Amino acid sequence: MKVCITSKGPGPDDMMEERFGRAPFFIFFDTEGEEHNAVENPFASGAGGVGPRAAQVLIDNGAKAVVTGNVGGNALGALRAAGISIYFLREPGTVKAAFQQFKDGKLTEAV
Amino acid sequence: MNIIVASGKGGTGKTLVAANLAYALSDQKEVLLVDCDVEEPNLHLFFPQGGYELPVTTPVPVFDADRCTGCGRCAEVCRYGAITVLKEPPPLFFEKLCHSCGGCEMSCPEGAIHEEERAIGKIRFSNPRDNIILISGILDEGEVMAPRVIAAAKSYAGGHPTTILDASPGIACPVVEAMQGADYCILVTESTPFGLHDLALAESVTRCLGIPSGVIINRFSEEDDQVTDFCRSKDLPVLMTIPFDREIARIQNTGGLISESMPAYREKFADLFSRVTSAGGFSR
Repeated sequence: MKVCITSKGPGPDDMMEERFGRAPFFIFFDTEGEEHNAVENPFASGAGGVGPRAAQVLIDNGAKAVVTGNVGGNALGALRAAGISIYFLREPGTVKAAFQQFKDGKLTEAV
Repeated sequence: MNIIVASGKGGTGKTLVAANLAYALSDQKEVLLVDCDVEEPNLHLFFPQGGYELPVTTPVPVFDADRCTGCGRCAEVCRYGAITVLKEPPPLFFEKLCHSCGGCEMSCPEGAIHEEERAIGKIRFSNPRDNIILISGILDEGEVMAPRVIAAAKSYAGGHPTTILDASPGIACPVVEAMQGADYCILVTESTPFGLHDLALAESVTRCLGIPSGVIINRFSEEDDQVTDFCRSKDLPVLMTIPFDREIARIQNTGGLISESMPAYREKFADLFSRVTSAGGFSR
């Protein structure tokens, strides 16, 4: 299963970004393997309507879950409609650590 | 002659100026007042009214799920993030983000998008006093497309020879929409650092739009010469000063008009109009 972690930078050692729509990077991990790929968020500094467009990036990349700090109302609607599960993590840490916590089942799904 | 009253800072007295200017002129001619502060219209507080209303609508896309192939072209074209394309058609549409540009309908290769009108506000028309017609733009609660409602209110105003428009505070899209096409802009400020700061912003907008302007300093303090210095430096005429006066506040706060209760102000506002018309290059 593909999970997306919002990130301040392009690598798994970068810090997780707490904002969803304005995260500079989205890093996609496969829970079945070791590989990951980073996608730069073209809407990070957009004027408005960035949430649904960021959600589109996740949909297009086949994510089934996202780990982030917070999600705005429009993005929430788009992620829910696309069936992407949302997990909130609000302690600072690296992307790699966030993915590990997700894999270990330490995060609870936002409802 | 279209005169717009704007300010930058909120609460400086735009509506006081618009309402009293209209009243002072109404014994000479018919005046059309347009409340362009559609998020919080308040001119009707000075001119209680019945009147009638017409809806304001905006076109938004409607998706035909049977024709949509989920290609995603509409979402790529949408600059406002109003469309998210899911695995299964139809796309998810966020009506509050839509700017009604029509790009999605034009770009859909399947012809799966057509537009329908969605109500976002209303225009209220009334004739509260002899020679005063009031057109108020009202944006529905929770809606964001203020410029649409302002444009509708202005279109109903048509080419009335004496139109006074009351803008919203700030210098964002709604103010620019309200200012477009004005012959003269009265900038209302106050003798405070915030008043001066936002006056400078508003003045830069009128300059960009090429609208001649002048300043009214409300709650005027003789000790504060920053605003007058600024006006001098920008070659902006100070059209009128209104003192920080308890009686003015009392009349204003009960929904009264100082140009009605204090005859000196009736003259001041009438005189203001003749100076503004000559500055705007118009004869009376």
